[in-house]
Amino acid sequence: MSDAAAFEPRIVAFFCNWCTYTAADLTGVSRMAYEPNVRVIRVMCSGRIDPEFILAALREGADGVLIGGCHPGDCHYIEGNYKMLRRYRLLLKYLRAMGVDERRVRLEWIAASEGDKVQRVVNELTWTIRELGPLALPVMPQPEGAGASEESALAEANA
Amino acid sequence: MSNNGNGRTNGSPRIGVYICHCGINIAAKVDVERVTRFAETLPGVVVSKEYKFMCSDPGQELIQKDIREHDLNRIVVASCSPLMHEETFRKATANAGLNPFYFQMANIREHVSWVTKDKDLGTEKAKALVAGAVRRVSLHQALEKKRVDVHPDVLIVGGGIAGIHAALTIANSGRKVLLVEREPTIGGHMAMFDKTFPTLDCAACILTPKMSQVKDHPNITLWSYSEVTKVDGFAGNFTIQVTRKPRYVNEDECVGCMLCIDSCVYKQARVDDEFNQGLSKRKPIYIPFPQATPPVVVIDPETCMQLSKGKCKQLCAEACEKHAIDFNQKEEVIEVQAGAIILATGFKTFNPMRIPEYGYGRYLNVYTSLEVERLVNASGPTGGEVVLRDGSKPKSIAIIHCVGSRDHKTNKYCSRVCCMYSLKLAHLMKERSNAEVYNFYIDMRTPGKGYEEFYDKLLEEGTHFIRGRVAEVTDWALTDAEEGKMIVRVEDTLVGMPRRIPVDMVILSVGLEAQPDADDVRRLFGVSCSKQGWFTERHPKLAPVSTATDGVFLAGACQGPKDIPDTVAQAGAAAAEALAMIDKGFVELEPNTAFIDEEVCSGCKSCIPMCPYTAIKRDDEKKVAVINEALCKGCGTCVATCPSGAAQQNLFLDEQIYEEIEGVLNYV
Repeated sequence: MSDAAAFEPRIVAFFCNWCTYTAADLTGVSRMAYEPNVRVIRVMCSGRIDPEFILAALREGADGVLIGGCHPGDCHYIEGNYKMLRRYRLLLKYLRAMGVDERRVRLEWIAASEGDKVQRVVNELTWTIRELGPLALPVMPQPEGAGASEESALAEANA
Repeated sequence: MSNNGNGRTNGSPRIGVYICHCGINIAAKVDVERVTRFAETLPGVVVSKEYKFMCSDPGQELIQKDIREHDLNRIVVASCSPLMHEETFRKATANAGLNPFYFQMANIREHVSWVTKDKDLGTEKAKALVAGAVRRVSLHQALEKKRVDVHPDVLIVGGGIAGIHAALTIANSGRKVLLVEREPTIGGHMAMFDKTFPTLDCAACILTPKMSQVKDHPNITLWSYSEVTKVDGFAGNFTIQVTRKPRYVNEDECVGCMLCIDSCVYKQARVDDEFNQGLSKRKPIYIPFPQATPPVVVIDPETCMQLSKGKCKQLCAEACEKHAIDFNQKEEVIEVQAGAIILATGFKTFNPMRIPEYGYGRYLNVYTSLEVERLVNASGPTGGEVVLRDGSKPKSIAIIHCVGSRDHKTNKYCSRVCCMYSLKLAHLMKERSNAEVYNFYIDMRTPGKGYEEFYDKLLEEGTHFIRGRVAEVTDWALTDAEEGKMIVRVEDTLVGMPRRIPVDMVILSVGLEAQPDADDVRRLFGVSCSKQGWFTERHPKLAPVSTATDGVFLAGACQGPKDIPDTVAQAGAAAAEALAMIDKGFVELEPNTAFIDEEVCSGCKSCIPMCPYTAIKRDDEKKVAVINEALCKGCGTCVATCPSGAAQQNLFLDEQIYEEIEGVLNYV
């Protein structure tokens, strides 16, 4: 954590096409600058976001994940956002158990007209993660027969 | 040619990457050159180029030429939002003989250059997004758009001037229209006005002929006193549930003779007349105004003796020779089909009780502008005579502009119409009462054909104009001259001193606000609205009547404050857009439906309850899930639920998204 000042978090965002992605476009059209740490991946509905996407992002080096969907009752596909909410709650439990600070994974309802909310949420999340520092995932136990990586992990542990 | 696009089976991807400057929109905050050179290093990229405007013809030709010359089979364009130009580039790709779905867009304008202050950081972010798109596009597959027939009828919600004009335009083209209005009559606010600015032609004279045309048009079905309560389906094929409230009068029988009203057991009218803004009274059985359309009476169940108490001599029913009155009428719920929907639900006026210092509701002679419209109207409560509530004639009148507009405590926006209608009312008041008229304004806003000239005319007519926001309206007299009057306290910013103007009548030029139930309505139709409640158009400049939901269009003040000429113009535009969609005969659906890999599916049924459209069934013989493509709308919720990865979504395959995740993270 000594280089916390130089640390710039990498954040992956999954935004639904109809509300939050459109809102992020509006943030742009309104020229509301925000922290450049977020990379948005568009899906049709927040209901499409598999919790494994979030885990994959964390595994591949993201320090945080932002999920954006329509407000409850506004979902273009009736109720995909509720389904995401359910998975999100479960995922948080899992992340806690894994020792990941749950503030790193944030779910927000952002309507198409809420360009300012995209700005605020991205900024808040970036600042929070900047304070939390890089996501240092614990060394994962490798499956049997994983070979070299297992040995090197063991060697590291023994050293 | 080997570039017929089937990259998955035809060898490895050959990707072309194109980075757009968008003038300086992107180039100011993204080093386009650096991103272009970076893209060259990504796996599979054969060419990487930059261009000033990728969406221009030369930009598109650049892509097409490269597809042919370099045998490209995948295209990435990094420019604006895909919601803006994805279709443009897909077409360009298709025109070069490549399947249009071998294309991916990286949004480096809305999501990067317009929201990032530092150019280096912007460049890094753009590189990440380009890397994500390149990784993703390698796994794209050839897809085809599905065509669905369009239902030829149009539903219009709201029967003000916007809905009326749109309905007539569409009906005149030969298409069928269902016009749904929740009040007992169409006409909306315009029917309440006396004259219209700047030409001063009588509102009723230009509106009521259009209202009767609606009633008589063979292609228009008019359902007044009805509300849309449910909307299902999608562009081209909406299923709409309309609830018709009971008016306790058979619409087909009633001829509007009003004998029933005369014979009502209420000898005196005692109920506040909504149409006259409560300035006069009506009976429980009434017709909103003489030219109401349809010309059918309506019974108010709250005040009717029979309907509220269950006991009445029912003289109205006796008086009706057509036996049109039916106390047993029930609410009716009807389902209809339509291909397109036009929302024309209008506005409401600002309630000036929210600014107590202006005395509305406290001083009898403080009126809203809408009340005054009725007051000066020949068919209004006073027959057009300008008299105060005690019957006396006002000798001096104050018109206070910007009540509930341009005000940080209420509404920040300008309501656009108040300056002009205040001028109109000033003219009418002067003409009818010969009183001294004072306009209190912040800025005079009169842009529009003939508007500034109208203002000039008012200046010559001897109306007083005082520049300054009114502080308060009070009855606290300081001099004998002020005794018995209301005093308008204002800082005259042109003279640079506070003033007190004693008047007999105050007119508050109330602003326009979104309908109080705009939020429910927008939810019903799947459109979005601004914080103030105005429905949001798809693009503020280039798609002003479309919404984010295909097949739903906007007309009139439900989209934002506007005057009658603008409303009519927009209603015409909405009608044209709806007709364009319907006359095409079909809509093309994004091929983003879900499908099941039968080899992988274990038949666990997890996906079935997830589908909001009941598109998934289990094939009990094969013991696998089956998706009905016609019902699938492409949300992908089943895909995220499937524990074995058997459910997949076209355009959003799991592997494509994983590639994009890895691309945006590990791009260096």
